[in-house]
Amino acid sequence: MTLSQTINGKLRKLPAWPLYFFGLLPLGWLAWLIVTGDLGVDPVKTLEHKVGKIGLQFLVATLCVTPLRRFTGVSLIKYRRALGLLSFFYIALHLMVWLGLDIQFRWTEIGADILKRPYITIGMLGFAVMLPLAITSNNLSVRRMGAVAWGKLHKLTYVAAAAGAIHYMMLVKAWPLEPMLYLAGVAALLALRALWSWRRAAARTA
Amino acid sequence: EARLKTVPGKYSTSEKPNTLTEITNYNNFYEFGLDKTDPARNAHTLTTDPWSIKIDGMVDKPGTYGLDDLLKGVTLEERIYRFRCVEAWSMVIPWDGFPLSALLNRVGVQSGAKYVAFRTLLRPSEMPGQRSRILDWPYREGLRLDEAMHPLTILATGIYGEPMPKQDGAPIRLVVPWKYGFKSIKSIVHISLTDRQPETTWNMQNPREYGFYSNVNPQVDHPRWSQKSERRIGGGLFAKRVDTLMFNGYGDQVAGLYKGMDLKKHY
Repeated sequence: MTLSQTINGKLRKLPAWPLYFFGLLPLGWLAWLIVTGDLGVDPVKTLEHKVGKIGLQFLVATLCVTPLRRFTGVSLIKYRRALGLLSFFYIALHLMVWLGLDIQFRWTEIGADILKRPYITIGMLGFAVMLPLAITSNNLSVRRMGAVAWGKLHKLTYVAAAAGAIHYMMLVKAWPLEPMLYLAGVAALLALRALWSWRRAAARTA
Repeated sequence: EARLKTVPGKYSTSEKPNTLTEITNYNNFYEFGLDKTDPARNAHTLTTDPWSIKIDGMVDKPGTYGLDDLLKGVTLEERIYRFRCVEAWSMVIPWDGFPLSALLNRVGVQSGAKYVAFRTLLRPSEMPGQRSRILDWPYREGLRLDEAMHPLTILATGIYGEPMPKQDGAPIRLVVPWKYGFKSIKSIVHISLTDRQPETTWNMQNPREYGFYSNVNPQVDHPRWSQKSERRIGGGLFAKRVDTLMFNGYGDQVAGLYKGMDLKKHY
C-alpha cells in the first residue's frame, strides 16, 4: 500500500462534520476579541478584513483539493463541501459587516459603490456566484441536477476565487505583498485547471 | 520626557479628541510598515535626537537648522483638529505646534516663491518600510505658499502635551487639517521654497487617485471609494458613520484660498 492509500484509508474512517466545528473556531476567536475589546482601535475594519480573508483562505483550500489528489493521491474530496460552505459563510459575514457596520446601510452610497467601484463590483460578483453554489451544496441537489450539470455549475468556484483575489488586490493602496501572494496562488490554481482541460481536449482529438 | 509647555489655540474644535492610545496605535506611516498597527510596533528604532531641518530654495536665510534652534522662542499652541484620512476614516487629535508661517517668516520667503516642498527623513536602516519600493522614497509633500502661510497650517511637535510619538512623525511634522491626512508629512528633514509645483509622493504613485491639492471634499470621490462619509475612529464596533464636511469642516477659514478654482479638476 502506498503512503497516499494509507492516508486515504485513515481519512475514510474520519467523519467530515468536525471540520465545520474547527472551521468556526476563528469566528469564536473573533467573537471573544469583540467581547474583550481586543479587536484594536478600529474594530470594524479589523473584523471586516479578518472574516474576508478567512473566507478567501477557505476558498483557496477548496481549490487545492483536486490538485492535491492528482499530485499526491491524497483525497480530501469528502471535506470539500465543508470547506466551500465555510468559505461562503465567512464571505457572507464579510458582506454583512460591510453593509451593517462599515457603510451602515447608506443605500445611495452602497448603490454607487457597487456600480462605480470596480473592487466592490468584483467583490459583489464573487459573492453572487457563490450563492447558487452554497444553495446546491447538498446531496439532494447533486441527485436532482445530475453529477455532470452539478459539476458544471460548481465551476463557478473559479469565478468566485478569482473575484475574491482581485477584490483584495484592488482595495489596497500601493502594492503590498500579501494580496499579491493570494492573487498569484489563485492564478496558479486556475491555470492548472486550464492546463488539464486543454490536455483533455487534446487527448480527445488525438 | 518632559511634558511640553503649551497654550490653548483659538482654532480648536470642541469635539471630543481621540485617546492617545488610539492616535498612537492606528495610523499610516509606510516607512514603518503597511498596516495601521505597524508604526506603533516599528517606529521605536527611529533616532530623533539630534534632528535638523535643511531649509533652502527661495529663502533669504537658507541653512541647516537644529530642531532646538527652530523651536527657540516658539510658543506651542494646542490645536484640536479633525483629521480625515483619504481612506475615509477620521479622528480628532490635540496637536501641539506652531504656525508654519512663523518658521517661513523667520527664514524669509523670497518674492518669487510660490510653493513649499517638504521631505521626510530617508534612513532605511531605521525605517524598515523604506527597504522595499512600496513608494518612491523619501516621502515628499508640498503646499502652495498661501496654504503654507495659512494660520491653520502648523508644524506639530507633540500630541496631548507629550513630545511627538515616533509613530506619529517625531520629532516634527506638518498638520494641514483641511486636507487628507497624507498631506500632513511626518518626520520632516527638508523644507524648500520653489516657484514650481513640487512632486508629491502619492501623486507620483497614482496621479488619478491622489491630486496635489487633496482637499477634503465629499463631492469628489476617490476613484475606488466614496468620500461622502467617514468612520470616526474610537466609537467601537457600532460607532455611527458621519457625513464628511467640505474642507473637513474648515471651509469658513480656507474656502477663499480656492476661489474660482474647479475643485473637481484640482482634486
